Amino acid sequence: MAFPILSVIVLTPLVAGLIILLIPRERKTEVRVTALAAAILSLVLSIWVYFAYQVSAGGYQFIEKADWLPFLGISYHMGVDGISVPLVLLTGIVVVAGVLISWGVEDRPREYYAFMMFLATSIFGVFVSLDLFQLFFFFEIAVFPKYLMIAVWGSPQTREYGAMKLTLYLFLGSVIALIGVLAMYFASGLRTFDMIALEKANFAPGFQYIWFPAVFFGFAILGGIFPFHSWAPDGHVAAPTAISMLLAGVEMKVGAFGALRAAIMLLPQGAHDWVWLILLLGTINVVYGAFIAMIQTDFKYVIGFSSVSHMGLVMMGFATLSREGFLGAGMQMFSHGVMTALFFAVVGMVYDRAHTREISRLGGLFRKMPWAAIGFIIAGFVSMGMPGFSGFVAEFPVFMGVWRSQPPIYAIIAVLGILLTAAYILRVVSRVFFGDAPVELAGVSDVTVLDKVAVSGLATIMIVLGLFPILMTPMVQSGVDHIVYLLGVIK
Amino acid sequence: MSVDPILFLAILPEIGLVILGGLVLLLDLVLKQPAQRWLGWVTAIGLWVILAVHLVFGAPHPGLTEVWGGMLRWDWMAYVFQGIFLLGASLTALFGMDWDVLGQRGEFYLLALAATMGMCLMAASADLVMLFLAIETTSIPLYALSGFLVRDYKSTESGFKYMLYGATTSAVMLYGFSLIYGFTGTTRIYGVAEIFQEMFTRQGSAAVYALLGIMLLVLVGVSFKASAAPFHFWAPDVYEGAPTPVAGFLSTASKAAGFAVLMRFVIAVLPPTVMGDASSLVGRAGPYMTAVLALIATLSMIIGNVLALTQKNIKRLLAYSSIAQAGYILIGVTAGSSLGQAGAIFYLGAYLVTNLAAFGIVSIVGRVVCSDEISAYAGLSRRSPGLALGLLAAFLSLGGIPPFGGFVGKVLVFAAAIDARLYWLAILGIINSVVGLYYYLTVLKTVYLYRSQEEDSPLRLTRPWVIALAACVVGILLTGTFFGPLYQWSQAAAAALFSF
Repeated sequence: MAFPILSVIVLTPLVAGLIILLIPRERKTEVRVTALAAAILSLVLSIWVYFAYQVSAGGYQFIEKADWLPFLGISYHMGVDGISVPLVLLTGIVVVAGVLISWGVEDRPREYYAFMMFLATSIFGVFVSLDLFQLFFFFEIAVFPKYLMIAVWGSPQTREYGAMKLTLYLFLGSVIALIGVLAMYFASGLRTFDMIALEKANFAPGFQYIWFPAVFFGFAILGGIFPFHSWAPDGHVAAPTAISMLLAGVEMKVGAFGALRAAIMLLPQGAHDWVWLILLLGTINVVYGAFIAMIQTDFKYVIGFSSVSHMGLVMMGFATLSREGFLGAGMQMFSHGVMTALFFAVVGMVYDRAHTREISRLGGLFRKMPWAAIGFIIAGFVSMGMPGFSGFVAEFPVFMGVWRSQPPIYAIIAVLGILLTAAYILRVVSRVFFGDAPVELAGVSDVTVLDKVAVSGLATIMIVLGLFPILMTPMVQSGVDHIVYLLGVIK
Repeated sequence: MSVDPILFLAILPEIGLVILGGLVLLLDLVLKQPAQRWLGWVTAIGLWVILAVHLVFGAPHPGLTEVWGGMLRWDWMAYVFQGIFLLGASLTALFGMDWDVLGQRGEFYLLALAATMGMCLMAASADLVMLFLAIETTSIPLYALSGFLVRDYKSTESGFKYMLYGATTSAVMLYGFSLIYGFTGTTRIYGVAEIFQEMFTRQGSAAVYALLGIMLLVLVGVSFKASAAPFHFWAPDVYEGAPTPVAGFLSTASKAAGFAVLMRFVIAVLPPTVMGDASSLVGRAGPYMTAVLALIATLSMIIGNVLALTQKNIKRLLAYSSIAQAGYILIGVTAGSSLGQAGAIFYLGAYLVTNLAAFGIVSIVGRVVCSDEISAYAGLSRRSPGLALGLLAAFLSLGGIPPFGGFVGKVLVFAAAIDARLYWLAILGIINSVVGLYYYLTVLKTVYLYRSQEEDSPLRLTRPWVIALAACVVGILLTGTFFGPLYQWSQAAAAALFSF
């Protein structure tokens, strides 16, 4: 058997987390170094997987399979396709950035980093799962790191509320999806949770019609779909910086990914039946999220709602059920992940130094922390879908897909949403980073070297991807081909 | 009369427990007061030995199911449950060792062993008389254990309340047993269904009503043991007042024993069915059985979870949580299928280590800080990170979060409900899981977030506590990740329920 690279990627953070818990609590540096080493190891292996994945061959690669509970058809089954490889890479990037950003955490760093590593294992695990039971297993592991990290290390005003709201929303969504998945398990007659086998199960159209919404929306709650999005801004704002990055950057993609894998790919006829609703809600996400972001007075809430808005584009891309739409959605998942991680990182840097997130009390920070400001502006360009940045590569295909396969009015409304994005991004950039600095901010210092490394790394990825989309599009395309094939079989 | 020596293998745990009990009694007389703590080691190690011997030699022999004159069954069901009881009793002995008053008295260990023997017989009984004796053998020592702290009025109240409730519900159940004997002329559990079926072919629906009435009477007694609603009222008061290690024992092993009887009796006499043909008794009465069990499950989940939300005392919170857990387990029983019973048995196994860990930590913290209020847990993660992590594992397992055993248990029982097309029951179950997660997380929040003045003084753990806690946490993790072995046992036990 080949080297089990996916297992190593998934289990490295887990093992690191357990090791961290064994380190005496006074030795904070060792804790941080262990976490960083594990994160970098996972990232390096993810990069290796990214370049070793054979795009021309497509399909599921790096497959690992072992029995887990054969009697019930549960297996330990890992593998990646063109959709999940970029997401694994994204997770690797954001986890490393998150570890770097959190270097200054002084309150029980041991527990902090251990929980963060467990969260990383959960996310990696979902992206590489080819068994539905295993997918849920990894998915639900995230519950306690998310809750405790927000509740304990989050911002004191809202952390208890935000943490509980986020956790219960996501848990409810996941158990609804679980009921749907169990129904699929019994209805398929195959008695297996293996997704590759279930792709060929050909569920009855009536069954698909009933259970598609449960599975899709159960997962899509984690993707922030309207009207179940309100956990996202509250949770992201309450969370400590690194967790905001992980939650908005990757966890929301876990939701979208689950909806794609378990609902759209396994219940294609159901997807055809319910596409109108996904399109409608996705469009509302885009426009409504942008409008609400515009009127926020809290810097972090702007970014929180911008995530809601941008995840709407992913949902719209799914709703086209077309090649372009899925390509755009796949690209958007990666691009938004990097972008929003950068946004939250900068917000955290500003808050740590200015001790406020009120936009009206900030200003002139460009001169104080130029690296952070430039990073934020680049992320802003991505967010607006500016050509030359990764956002354009992602959003343009989504609009093309919507235009071609759905009533054009949706595309027009969504493009208006992008205008609103430009408005709110320019508003915060001008208020926070330019203009005159209030007197309270006179003593604000520049960001640390580790922060600069994280910011410039994330920004570079978005620029490189914007200039050379060819680095990722063929990969995502190879995954999309399979999805389109599954959807086409029914039509 | 000659007895095949192999039959002694069928009652290995009982024989072992009697010997161990005698040994404890003897040592209790010999040892002086402070040294009596050593009885805890004797009990725990003795129970491990019995457990090991039971696991190696006690496995049922095919073709030798009905043993000892039809009093007992020697099947996988009994085998698996006896293992669960022995494990639970040994961990309870370790948790109780350094609980003063409790751990220094030989009576504690002796009563726990006697109760365990009763449970082992409960899981194996195939005869109504034997069953009733087994239930009383379990209950009476437990009444005494609940009221063990004679100088503490709460403990006395707890013991008294438990006894009154237990006596009443046993009497109701005994009435049901006597009706069975009156109608059928047999006390063999596995002979009842056949005779009622004959009655049904002769007299029609009268047999349906008679059987359903009897089942309701029996369910009263069994629901009491399983602390399922609406016979749960004793649980919060008894758990609160009883010495904490005893409360842990009540909520795990004793509950499991109740479920063992419930599953064996229900499947043997009147299995729940969703859609039956009207020509057989089971087809006619089975749907009612499903309805009754589903109602008990629903009530247990809702009452347990809703009332747990407002609790300030952690033992009361765990009591309501254990009522809710009984509801989830009942979902599996209600499904009526082999998968459902296997899920319920798996759940009970995972729940045993989980809830013993929870009560174990509560008893440790309660000893040190002299309070069972949830607010006393503030700053625990700073005082004792290990204990906080143990509590984290236990509570998340109760909440049904992987990689802990409770997750697998919940998936199995919900899957069984969906397989039986009881979608509404599964959906009620998931809504209740969300409510449950809320209060489990609230406790964890207190542990990790809130601060207290004493947070800098570390909590000292004694060796038996560390061993028992480590065993529980390892058990929680094993049932949550490498769940194959326990599931295979549960599956074998469930299959044994259906083969008679």
